[in-house]
Amino acid sequence: MRGLVLVLLVLLAATAFGLWRRQTDGRMKSVASRLDAPIPVADDDPEVDVITASAAEHGGEQLTAVVLGADLGVEATLVQFSTAFCQPCRATRRILDEVSSMVPGTVHIEIDAEAHLDLVRRLDIRRTPTVLVLDSRGRISKRAVGLPRKADVIAALGQVIQS
Amino acid sequence: MSQPVDCDPRVEVDVRGPRFAAAVTTVVLAAILLTLESPIGATLLVMQAVVFGLGAFVGLRAQPYGVIFRTLVQPRIAPPSEFEDAAPPRFAALVGFIFTAVALLGLISGVTVIAYVAVAMALGAAFLNAAFAFCLGCEMYLIGKRLFARPVSA
Repeated sequence: MRGLVLVLLVLLAATAFGLWRRQTDGRMKSVASRLDAPIPVADDDPEVDVITASAAEHGGEQLTAVVLGADLGVEATLVQFSTAFCQPCRATRRILDEVSSMVPGTVHIEIDAEAHLDLVRRLDIRRTPTVLVLDSRGRISKRAVGLPRKADVIAALGQVIQS
Repeated sequence: MSQPVDCDPRVEVDVRGPRFAAAVTTVVLAAILLTLESPIGATLLVMQAVVFGLGAFVGLRAQPYGVIFRTLVQPRIAPPSEFEDAAPPRFAALVGFIFTAVALLGLISGVTVIAYVAVAMALGAAFLNAAFAFCLGCEMYLIGKRLFARPVSA
């Protein structure tokens, strides 16, 4: 009896968690710059949650080619943090490679989180894949945790390059 | 087949293999919870711990549920279209092994509440993997690294 109750509770909780995670995973979030005014909310785009200036999200923090170990894109840069034990990292790599070769002036940089724990701690990266979208000056403007959708990446790049 | 290919961390597997293994594991772990304080439950627990151990320490090809998938399931379904690295499912097997080992220790020492909690957590993780392709151990990996790895200079 104890076992049956436990099985049902676990399956229920795991289902709720799984559904919630499926909804929220990989969402592109705008990280408002600490330097600039908050980015105006696009009314027709409910996917983009605009967060007001938040130090925790490292909005506006500038990453350089030296820190990332690769040259930044002229227009924008997609930075992907990965680990070896990461199932969705491969699919993320595929999407970002595809998008960066499609959008002129953008590059995709993949970083092994384990080999860059200092940077991971500084940017408070908790799981992989985490994708940062940098503007032309290397400032972090968007962040997605989990496998992002291709359309969201393209939309995020569109906003970053436009502004 | 003379090479131990599974030692290569870049070895790739059909994504449906680990999903199938997770589904079987979910059923087995649920059965263990239902029968935990009987000899059946204890036997199943030992068997599941061995299955996890084989997957983690020997390789996915040695994992019995993987063998069932390759010999009985894979020939009957469409050819594989998506592959993944073997490292994440192997790491998941290691986490599963630790949980089932803790559960066994709980049973042996008579602290059955530990066994219940450990098997319940393993069940949750296996179910998430089977139903949502969500790898809990993999998600916790970086947090663990951040907490326990010594700071390195970039």
